[in-house]
Amino acid sequence: MNIGAHYNYWVAIFLMMTGFYIVITHGNLIKKLIGLNLFSTSVFILYISLAKVRGGTAPIAAPGIEVYSNPLPHVLILTAIVVGVATTAVGLALVLLIYDRYGTIEEDEIRLKDDSL
Amino acid sequence: MDLIIDITLLTFLGITALAINRIDKLFCIIMLSGIYSLLCASLFVTMDAVDVAFTEAAVGTGIVTVLLLSTIGATDTQQRSAPHRPLLALLMVCTTGAILIYGTMDMPAFGDPEAPIHQHVAPRYINESLHEVGPPNIVTSILASYRGIDTLGETVVIFTAGLSVVGLIGFRGMQKFGDRKRAAGITRDDMDEHLVLRIIIKMFIPLILLFALYVQFHGDYGPGGGFQAGVIFASGFIFYTLMYGLDKAMQVMPPRVLGYIGALGVLIYGGVGVTTMLLGGNFLDYNVLMHEPLHGQHLGIFLIELGIGITVFSIMLLIFFAFSSRKGLRQ
Amino acid sequence: MEIMLNWISALSIGMGVFLGVTGAVGIFRLPNFFTRLHAASVTDSGCAFLILFGLMLQSGLTIPTVKLCFILIFFLISSPTATHALAKTALDCGAEPTPHPHEER
Repeated sequence: MNIGAHYNYWVAIFLMMTGFYIVITHGNLIKKLIGLNLFSTSVFILYISLAKVRGGTAPIAAPGIEVYSNPLPHVLILTAIVVGVATTAVGLALVLLIYDRYGTIEEDEIRLKDDSL
Repeated sequence: MDLIIDITLLTFLGITALAINRIDKLFCIIMLSGIYSLLCASLFVTMDAVDVAFTEAAVGTGIVTVLLLSTIGATDTQQRSAPHRPLLALLMVCTTGAILIYGTMDMPAFGDPEAPIHQHVAPRYINESLHEVGPPNIVTSILASYRGIDTLGETVVIFTAGLSVVGLIGFRGMQKFGDRKRAAGITRDDMDEHLVLRIIIKMFIPLILLFALYVQFHGDYGPGGGFQAGVIFASGFIFYTLMYGLDKAMQVMPPRVLGYIGALGVLIYGGVGVTTMLLGGNFLDYNVLMHEPLHGQHLGIFLIELGIGITVFSIMLLIFFAFSSRKGLRQ
Repeated sequence: MEIMLNWISALSIGMGVFLGVTGAVGIFRLPNFFTRLHAASVTDSGCAFLILFGLMLQSGLTIPTVKLCFILIFFLISSPTATHALAKTALDCGAEPTPHPHEER
């Protein structure tokens, strides 16, 4: 179990946890969405690290190359990136609506206004 | 050497993530999240995932940053509250992280060619893709042919996101185009004030659109394909909007037309599937489209990449228009 | 010939890296917005140009060289435009290019 074998996975988990921390501690809605983005991007790093083969190249068939990196996780992550941006767009639209309704995007102030309604 | 680059990029990513946590100004953290996306794209390139890097750079750095900036333009620009219960959160996060790291102890070493993930389906895709499907880019052949139904689902997700955003926010103050022309009023003097920008942008927009078409049709032979091309095409129009104003951009590309185009893309994709069923094969089985299976695959992949590109372009532009037409941003 | 090309490209990339680091140091150490903008633009134009030029020499006369050439032309036009846009906006918003020394910081 040397460092080089698992360093990628540990850093991906560290980034995942940082994103998680941002989502649960900060009250600002936009910062939460950015933390969620951080989380999902770190999951992509984890998957792409799994796909890499030592000595391989990009999975584009060319004469003379024997070893390719695994293309299947690449396809999965392509879909995941695009779905992630769709989710972020809808989330930001909701933030705009919340701002129109409550006049703020801080969670504490929204809760106060809700309680006083 | 690869390992040094890897470790350096990952360290930068960690520092950027910590900085995003600490800073208060929303504008700064949006810029930092753009930097984070670009660092991730570089990391993907060093790990041989060139298609993924392309998509992350175009989508994660481009579109998400633009949407975030539009949002803070219409709302606040500063975070105002302190973190809630940081110590409890830190404890929870550390526990979860420790459990996950314990879970990774069983995972194969980074880059191991004997890992189980490389043993079952992937060798079939890598070895048979040239004979069965055709394009040299194995990722495109998996995305468009072997796993075509997942990609159909993804296209419909993008379309649904566009529908949701338009349904939630809509376009404020859409008047008839006649009134718009008089009210849009970017006079000659205004434009001369931004002379340098106007000329450079006029020069660049055709090149950007041409590059998008290149990426779209070259996706079989190198990194590229429908998603990246759609996003780059939309960014050309976003560029135009930034210079000439939202009203003029909505005249050039009315949102109603964008809605039709988006639906057309999904229709093309689904239509190819139904056509193959009517011709006797399974859903999205391109072998039956023409006399030669390989030619049928080529035609099928071309058509669905076109559908994906059209849908992604129109929905991204539609979402951008919806965000930009909020009251805070209209000047 | 090969050796000379290698040396020129190594020199070019090395100078590009030096300009990049200088620009980064300048962003932190210089006092004013406009001076910092100049440091950033040195990175944008000089560093990118030299590194791309060094890479073009490395890859000889192939298709990647043509692509690098296009990227180079794009960079040469777009990064000064970005700097111009930033400076113009700052001037329009009221930032002063030459403040009095005791008013800064």
